[in-house]
Amino acid sequence: MSVHEAAAAQRPAEPAVIVNGLRRAYGDRTVIQGLDLRIERGEFVALLGESGCGKTTLLRALAGLDPIQGGRIIAPKRPAVVFQEHRLLPWDSLWRNVALGLDGPDARARAAAALAEVGLGDRLDDWPRNLSGGQAQRVALARALVQQPQLLLLDEPFAALDALTRIRMHALVRELVATHRPGVLLVTHDVDEAIALADRILVMRDGRIAFAHRAHRDGTVARGDLLAELGVLAAHAPA
Amino acid sequence: MSNIDQTAGPIELAQATTDGHLNGADRRHAIGPATLQALSWLAPALLVVIWEALAQGGYLSPQVLPAPSKILRTAYKLTTQGTLLNDLGVSLLRATAGFAIGGAIGFVLGLLVGFSRLAEALIDRSIQMIRAIPFLAVLPLVIVWLGVGEAEKVFLVALGVTFPIYINTTLGIRQVDPKLIELARVQGLSPLALIRRIILPGALPSILTGVRYALATAWLALVVAETIGAQSGLGFLAMDAREFLRTDVIVLTIVIYALIGVLADLIARWLERRLLAWHPNYGAGR
Repeated sequence: MSVHEAAAAQRPAEPAVIVNGLRRAYGDRTVIQGLDLRIERGEFVALLGESGCGKTTLLRALAGLDPIQGGRIIAPKRPAVVFQEHRLLPWDSLWRNVALGLDGPDARARAAAALAEVGLGDRLDDWPRNLSGGQAQRVALARALVQQPQLLLLDEPFAALDALTRIRMHALVRELVATHRPGVLLVTHDVDEAIALADRILVMRDGRIAFAHRAHRDGTVARGDLLAELGVLAAHAPA
Repeated sequence: MSNIDQTAGPIELAQATTDGHLNGADRRHAIGPATLQALSWLAPALLVVIWEALAQGGYLSPQVLPAPSKILRTAYKLTTQGTLLNDLGVSLLRATAGFAIGGAIGFVLGLLVGFSRLAEALIDRSIQMIRAIPFLAVLPLVIVWLGVGEAEKVFLVALGVTFPIYINTTLGIRQVDPKLIELARVQGLSPLALIRRIILPGALPSILTGVRYALATAWLALVVAETIGAQSGLGFLAMDAREFLRTDVIVLTIVIYALIGVLADLIARWLERRLLAWHPNYGAGR
């Protein structure tokens, strides 16, 4: 039993998001059909799938950015989102970027604390243009977490980073999620990233969850199974 | 920076509005920037010296082009004994009033059309049609409406200022990255906060380009308006001097017009450097 499962067993289940029978279509083209999903608070779920399978569409529906055509989403009023691009406001200093949407006199202090958490506590008044890609994405993470979200949606946030930076980001994200315990949905192309981060890995195909896999951090993850589900390898191919 | 200066000049609006995308990186460092800077000032100074020499040598008739020193003396005399400062003040007041009125109208209309598709449908086409008229062509009509008083001059300046501000404001708002607007929804910003934190700062480079362009148009409108039936102001000074063939006074007014144009541009650029410090193409560096 993993640490997370033990923790989950001790506390009553607190769903971060529940999706029932979701339908999402662009005009005549149905992208998501009859999708069910439940993510607990503190649970890290990775969503894999081929390009165009509807993973980002699902994430955007959960974020409340797109209307849905059927079904039900019970989600917190304001889930936090980290996009593939950092989306920092180039005209605002780092702390003002992180404080975007915060109000109250302690906004700067809260932003400063969040920046410190991602290792940029000494760059409060710097401009976004002076940041590397990894640093900018850390600021975006701080901006998401400073809202104390119950649900954190990550839309391929590490896809544009180099391999070493990505590994560092994985460690940081694991740490932050362990501290803040939001429910997390990570949309990614990267099977290894999903294995490195997630408690549960879902594979999406034809607008629904086609395959679910509970990850084991001890390395016995069925990487081959996942790749097979993604259509990369033939599953249990006879010799 | 110098690449931007060339494109943001008052020659063509379409060019001026895209200068935000130009990479203003220095491309010519072959001779050394300090030398080039010195040369760029030395060349016009040399021209003035040659001008003075030709006038002193009697090669230039004072009726055609008086010597720079003579113009300076005239400036001193008109300042101490005449009404130069008063005329200058009157002209600046007209330009400022016209700029404020036209700028406010252009900005408000630009905001409306930038934010609302309905407002765009209702007013954009009409504005574009009026804009197609060279604004100086309406001068006779304006004189019929308003006579040749202050109102006519301020009106003409305002008319010249409204359109560049309007166009660059709508353009700036339209060019704000939709991904940042989406971010505002994710972060739960109110519509007012969205405008204040994202749309206006995003539109600002374009709006300031409009301001710079409008400053040049305002000045041009003023020169034309003051040339016709003014009782005071720089244009009046020039037309009055024409009656008496005082070429020195005429050239003096031209020089003052030029100096104020340069000053207005400096102010606009100072605004850009201050307000767009975050912008890689405008900011004063890291």
